[in-house]
Amino acid sequence: MNLPVLSASDFASDQDIRWCPGCGDYSILAQMKKVLPQLGVLPEKTVFISGIGCSSRFPYYMNTYGMHSIHGRAPAFATGLKSTRPDLSVWVITGDGDALSIGGNHFIHLLRRNLDVNIVLFNNRIYGLTKGQYSPTSLEGHVTKSTPMGSIDHPLNPLSVAIAAEATFVARSIDAHVKHLEMTLRRAAQHKGTSLVEVYQNCNVFNDGAMAYAQDRNQRPENTIELEHGKPLIFGKNRDKGIRLVGHCLEIVKTAEVPTDDLLIHDETSADPALHYMLSRLRYPEFPEPIGVLRNVTGVATYDEQINDQVVQARSKKGVGDLQQLFNSGDTWQVA
Amino acid sequence: MDTPSSSNATSVQYVSGITVRMAGDSGDGMQLLGTQLTNTSALAGNDVATFPDFPAEIRAPRGTRAGVSGFQLQFAAEEIFTPGDSLDCLVVMNPAALVTNLADLRKGGILVVNEDGFNAKEFKLAKLDKDPLEDEVLESTYRLVKVPMTQLTRQAVADLGLSVKHADRCKNFFAMGLVYWLFGRSLEPTQRFIQTKFGMKPEVAQANETALLAGWAYGETTEAFGISYRVEAAQLEPGTYKNLMGNQALAWGLMTAAQRSGKELFYSTYPITPASDILHELTRYKNYGVRTFQAEDEIAAVCATIGASFGGSMAVTASSGPGIALKAEAMGLGMIMELPIVVINVQRGGPSTGLPTKTEQSDLLQVMFGRNGESPLPIVAPAGPADCFEMAQEAWRLAVRAMCPVVLLSDGYIANGSEPWKIPNVAEMEPIEIQHPEGAAQTGEKFMPYSRDENLARPWAVPGTAGLMHRLGGLEKEDVTGNVSYDPANHQHMTDTRARKIELLAEQIPLQTVFGDKSGEILVVSWGGTYGACHTAVSRCRKAGLSVSHVHLRYLNPFSRNLGQLLRSFKTVLVPELNTGQLRMLLRNQFLVDCRGINKVQGKPFTVRELVEAIRDQACVDRDCTVVDQKLQLCAS
Repeated sequence: MNLPVLSASDFASDQDIRWCPGCGDYSILAQMKKVLPQLGVLPEKTVFISGIGCSSRFPYYMNTYGMHSIHGRAPAFATGLKSTRPDLSVWVITGDGDALSIGGNHFIHLLRRNLDVNIVLFNNRIYGLTKGQYSPTSLEGHVTKSTPMGSIDHPLNPLSVAIAAEATFVARSIDAHVKHLEMTLRRAAQHKGTSLVEVYQNCNVFNDGAMAYAQDRNQRPENTIELEHGKPLIFGKNRDKGIRLVGHCLEIVKTAEVPTDDLLIHDETSADPALHYMLSRLRYPEFPEPIGVLRNVTGVATYDEQINDQVVQARSKKGVGDLQQLFNSGDTWQVA
Repeated sequence: MDTPSSSNATSVQYVSGITVRMAGDSGDGMQLLGTQLTNTSALAGNDVATFPDFPAEIRAPRGTRAGVSGFQLQFAAEEIFTPGDSLDCLVVMNPAALVTNLADLRKGGILVVNEDGFNAKEFKLAKLDKDPLEDEVLESTYRLVKVPMTQLTRQAVADLGLSVKHADRCKNFFAMGLVYWLFGRSLEPTQRFIQTKFGMKPEVAQANETALLAGWAYGETTEAFGISYRVEAAQLEPGTYKNLMGNQALAWGLMTAAQRSGKELFYSTYPITPASDILHELTRYKNYGVRTFQAEDEIAAVCATIGASFGGSMAVTASSGPGIALKAEAMGLGMIMELPIVVINVQRGGPSTGLPTKTEQSDLLQVMFGRNGESPLPIVAPAGPADCFEMAQEAWRLAVRAMCPVVLLSDGYIANGSEPWKIPNVAEMEPIEIQHPEGAAQTGEKFMPYSRDENLARPWAVPGTAGLMHRLGGLEKEDVTGNVSYDPANHQHMTDTRARKIELLAEQIPLQTVFGDKSGEILVVSWGGTYGACHTAVSRCRKAGLSVSHVHLRYLNPFSRNLGQLLRSFKTVLVPELNTGQLRMLLRNQFLVDCRGINKVQGKPFTVRELVEAIRDQACVDRDCTVVDQKLQLCAS
């Protein structure tokens, strides 16, 4: 089949974008529009489903089908749609409050069911649309409008949660790191099964610079580590540091002092989630934070595939259902 | 049933109908006994109506009053509408069942007791300080028949080598055999059932069948009963019939609606009593294209239906009151997105967790108003178990006409009750027409997702269609274009349009019919599962000469176009409801008619007697009713 050659503009809707100037969301939108034409999926076969929050305005800006649903529930809408329309390419757009607080339940269940949908989680560690309350990913001690003495909540790590739920594709990227973001979104789209991409996204109004250590191009090499499948974990501006597994712990070593063979080699395809989980626990400032694909397990059946397979199986076993036959089956009696 | 006149050697007496209740411990298999007797009676051509009543606990403490499970059934040689008020026959397996059910047995009724269930240990569990069977009033008031069912069952299956525990499990089949003998029922349907159900375990099948036959033989041999009874076939409308439970009828109605509209059914739900049986039923029919989704919670269940509806499926969710409370936000979203779904509420006693296994009609105002903002939704309500089949289809028909969620209100009494259902001819059913717009690309015109047809419904454009890409959402939309809009005049216009759209459905539903005269003194207005009791009560009062008519509403929002006129044609409007006056409030509000309530919230359906008395009291407010009372007495016996 010859697909028309599409460009980013084919995926842009005619609506004015209403995010704050300087918001990290713009970059994610731009990368998405860049990735979609590369996938060979038509705009009319693509659906964006969001919850509530700044990020959730996303579908209005895409010239695809879309639903701006209710707070935290986008995964449930996506489940209903993808289960009945497996032919569609379905994206869930969500934020840290939407996915991890009010929608935590649905987030976990979408991941464990492994529907073939892609989740992009915009993590800015703050509630933006409600003007600056702390979120489930805000750090301890964070002073916000609702935590004047500092947050006493322990933050939730979405990648750890996803890996615990045995998600088949778990990745992280950064709004400002556009090439990396584009690559990560593309890989997420190509994965069969639920893909989670956490994107560090700057809220320049209510939490400016909260993740500057990773977003700023000068600080990034020291504070993040780009994962590549089959490659040793090396980071630093001069690629002089690495990660090594010692017992049950990861530790930072100087590459000059340790043979490369001793460094941890990233295996994103391992079905055992233990090492992926350990990677997800690496947090700034003690460690560089991993970006890229932590986990990419293939060959796991998807929910949408199975729910439709069962219909096919039942029909081949019992024949296509006939209502009249059903109604007349079992005990009946005649009244003359 | 007439009181028998002789009690020597067993004779056969023909009666017009029997009301019987079997009660025992929740583990005693009383529900099975009841459903078997129901099915067998239906197959014998009787009209039947049932009322299963069981505790919320799966295994409530054994032997206690709280653990008593009962099944009431009326079978008759004439058309009936309720499972009966007072019992002609009560079968009890233990003391707790006796003391909690005896009040409903009429004087002179038959009381069959498993006397092996009556011992010191059981008295203690039932909080009794002595053997209730020793009370002489029992013998003098009822026709008491004591049967050592446990011992007789053990003897009957002795040769089969079962443990005592397993042998005792067969005693409900012994009781069944005895009851079948008493009412002259054929054993054959239950023998078939045993083979189907326990065929994989031949020793269990054999033991149950042996116990069944032993129960029958015991009735045949003993002279304790004196009389056995026969109820002839009822003259129902000609056709082929099947006994159907309410939840099963809902499931089949949904499948039929899907076929009529050329759709496959997506049913998304979270387990909750008393709605779960719809899921159990539907999930068996994958070869009919049914996809069931057991969601992680009530909210996910309804949200998934909206997602599926966006994709063009027929999507349905069901719950009971507590779950509907959780679904409220998404129902509002479906309403503003203008997507069709069906939301079923199988009501139970509330508020909060309330009485999970008992019936009530107290969620009408919840589904009418229980959402934020101005968000009217159509509401329909089946009148009984068999009517669920039709109203499930009606709910979907209205949903696609108006492009919005439609609520169907059932209740625990309808859901678990059963009655004969005349099997329809599927080939003769009219299609439910749905048109999804084709791509607008050909015309080059921009697609307008909120343009409207003559019903004010917007087009149902589904993903995959080129040129029709659009975004739905919970933010207010500009009419026609569907773009987000905060314009004050547009919000007014959209609010008015959504309300008007629901009002216009009145054109799509049948005119309200009346049982009795179209004007007069008293009009009884009911809805939902109280139909049978109200109809029977009004019928009796009319026979006694009262000027009373009955209107039963199956469409609650909007009401039928002629309802206001009907209400105003009577001096008094009585509204019986199993709540504190919810329909009454809606009727008063809409029609400014002074409706009076007959209300009860005891987790139990109305008895016919309660309603007859309420109608009689109203009729006799300012007149002497001696003659009427005499007639009512006659009619009620």
